Amino acid sequence: MIAELGHFALVLALAMAIVQFALPLYGAHRNDRVLMNVAAPAAMVQFTLVALAFAALMHAYVVSDFSVQNVYENSHSAKPLLYKISGVWGNHEGSMVLWVLILSLFGAAVALFGNNLPLELKSRVLAVQGSIGLAFLLFVVLTSNPFIRLDPPPIEGNGLNPILQDPALAFHPPFLYTGYVGLSVAFSFSVAALIEGKVDAAWARWVRPWTLLAWMFLTVGIAMGSWWAYYELGWGGWWFWDPVENASFMPWLVATALIHTAIVVEKRNALKLWTILLSILAFSLSLVGTFLVRSGVLTSVHAFAVDPERGVFILGILCIFIGGALTLFAIRAPVLRAGGLFAPISREGALVVNNLLLCAACAAVFIGTLYPLGLESLTGDKISVGPPFFNLTFGPIILPLLMLVPVGPFLTWKRADLSSALQRLWAAAALALLGGIAVLAVHQRGPWLAPVGIALGLWLLLGSLAEFAQKLQLSRTSWSSSWSRLTGLPGSSIGMTLAHAGLGIAVMGIVAITAWKEEHIVVLKPGENISVAGYEVTFTGETPLTGANYTGSTGAFQVTRNGAQVTKLVSEKRIFQPGGMNTTEVGLHQTIMGDLYVVMGDRMNDGGRAMRMYFNPLVSLIWLGAVIMFAGGILSLSDRRYRIGAPKPSLRRTIAPAE
Amino acid sequence: MRLLILLVAILLAVPAVAVQPDEILKDPMLESRARALSAELRCLVCQNQSIDDSDAPLARDLRIMIREHLVAKETDQQIMDFVVSRYGEYVLLKPRLTGSTLLLWGSPFAILLIAGFALWWRRAPNAATEKPLTEAERAELRRAMTPEA
Repeated sequence: MIAELGHFALVLALAMAIVQFALPLYGAHRNDRVLMNVAAPAAMVQFTLVALAFAALMHAYVVSDFSVQNVYENSHSAKPLLYKISGVWGNHEGSMVLWVLILSLFGAAVALFGNNLPLELKSRVLAVQGSIGLAFLLFVVLTSNPFIRLDPPPIEGNGLNPILQDPALAFHPPFLYTGYVGLSVAFSFSVAALIEGKVDAAWARWVRPWTLLAWMFLTVGIAMGSWWAYYELGWGGWWFWDPVENASFMPWLVATALIHTAIVVEKRNALKLWTILLSILAFSLSLVGTFLVRSGVLTSVHAFAVDPERGVFILGILCIFIGGALTLFAIRAPVLRAGGLFAPISREGALVVNNLLLCAACAAVFIGTLYPLGLESLTGDKISVGPPFFNLTFGPIILPLLMLVPVGPFLTWKRADLSSALQRLWAAAALALLGGIAVLAVHQRGPWLAPVGIALGLWLLLGSLAEFAQKLQLSRTSWSSSWSRLTGLPGSSIGMTLAHAGLGIAVMGIVAITAWKEEHIVVLKPGENISVAGYEVTFTGETPLTGANYTGSTGAFQVTRNGAQVTKLVSEKRIFQPGGMNTTEVGLHQTIMGDLYVVMGDRMNDGGRAMRMYFNPLVSLIWLGAVIMFAGGILSLSDRRYRIGAPKPSLRRTIAPAE
Repeated sequence: MRLLILLVAILLAVPAVAVQPDEILKDPMLESRARALSAELRCLVCQNQSIDDSDAPLARDLRIMIREHLVAKETDQQIMDFVVSRYGEYVLLKPRLTGSTLLLWGSPFAILLIAGFALWWRRAPNAATEKPLTEAERAELRRAMTPEA
């Protein structure tokens, strides 16, 4: 019964999406306030209905209602509650319902918090948002319905893949989807602005917080996925340039460009067209990512051709929205006048370079991800594009960007003096260079990447701090005056410092694990030990392991350093029944200086065990950096100017003297 | 996400140590060359994994084969050519620059250069159209900037 209610709510939500799309759009065209006022309640009702459907599906999972096919295929009554809940989005149908839920949540949020928006703009934004909801609700109802019943109902479900029963992965999809789908708001604002033919500073002030929010969730979502891969896949890698990863990385790159260029529109009324285009591109890449992951085209072009229903549907949605938005852009672009002028060397100029490099880097990822698909469907030739390609194309493009990051904030708007900006950075540059030289002195024979990369990371970190110190005038005035400057700083300013510093920290982590990872592949018998990066790791023995649905063995390790006990680690080998799937659980000892990472392998003929031991120096900085970037986003969102809303265009002045 | 799930299922459906201790060559120079080579070769039965990371038996066979060729004093180029002749271009994670991959390797940089050039070219009118203030405008500005008594 509850599943049917959910199904019914989903179809009602579809009907509500039609209302939310059609009436306000027509109303805005006819300047009919009644019709325009339909938009906000429609968005909220649509969200409520989708939330009801989602809750019904979750209920089916929690009570293990195996008469629902989706639950039967993806759940099991013996699963812990957390994984019953996360099982809802651990499959295609459920994850699409989550997608639509987040989409309608953003719609409702715009309806709720958008009171300071002009009614026309608000109703158009919500109408576009409704049209996206309409397309994806149709997709769910027609091709991916999660509420289909089974008769007779099976006794027990098939269960969720055991390695996915992991806390980091349970919350990875909601974060990632919030990021993906959050970019729809910027898209809707852009399409609405194109229909109106008006983009101004106020528009940018409305768009930026939404994009920032989406960017923050994308950042954390990507970091969670990478962290999961790091400790669950068992060979210490953290990024694989896998198409699924690239699908989330591309919108992140463009969203990063967008949150920068929106500042230029807000402060200087320039780059308006480019910002509109960028927000269309950002959401388009989200759609492309959804297509790549959901259509099965990545597994094989042939599998896609055999069962194309879902893929073709999403491809259709893709073409309508991307094509439609770009056509509208082409028609309306000439109407939108370019605004403020600026010299090449200026804050605006720096942000243009930022956008240029981010977009080119995104293009490299895009081409590398899609080229093999295109080539195979056109010529039948199969090629592989793997990490070496991305390192050689993405790397050289992103490197100059990282070098320029600290310089940008020192440049003034409109026209800047580069030499004075660089003068203020000399201390940061000198310290970063010193750091690089220190690395060179310690690791003389390492790869060239290490000293250069660490210097770069330090330059990012110290450069951001230098800019912060400059704002507080730390060395020039008294502490109390600096303190009052600090409390007076807008949140977005501190947010920027944090985000840039977080980037520097992440870069150092990436460089350290790439250049200095220590790896030992050995055979150990119980009682034998090996030295890993100053740790003595002793294999103390193994015990048989019996879990709910697996058997295996647990290897125990004693870790000491200079004779003193540091920790005990265990690494497990599990064999799941039925199916005989093998998994490993990594033994992980984390410190800020690096992670000791112990993996037990197969039993060898001589009675020993194959072991893989890593020391991954500074690797946690990668995720620490992502968390700091997220925190920067929060501070930036707390900025007062987003709460009080954008200044109203001064209509009164033109209306008042009419008498 | 389902694809990721599938991918992970495939990755972990096999024992979990990639390079086995018995494969490692005595000569550290040769071994590091072997590792570098295997990081650039695709495991043909896995999802987007190099043979260096993979635990599949086929990947192990390939790793051992590479090491045999290295011990036989072949160059990296010779070994790669041999692997490609046996398994096709698909095995290379770093595609070779040929007619059909020219666009792949070239376009990221072409996009950067063309867009960069276009921006540079368009910059000129921006700077030129900015006229200096007239004397009347200066006076107006001074008046506006002076605090009223």
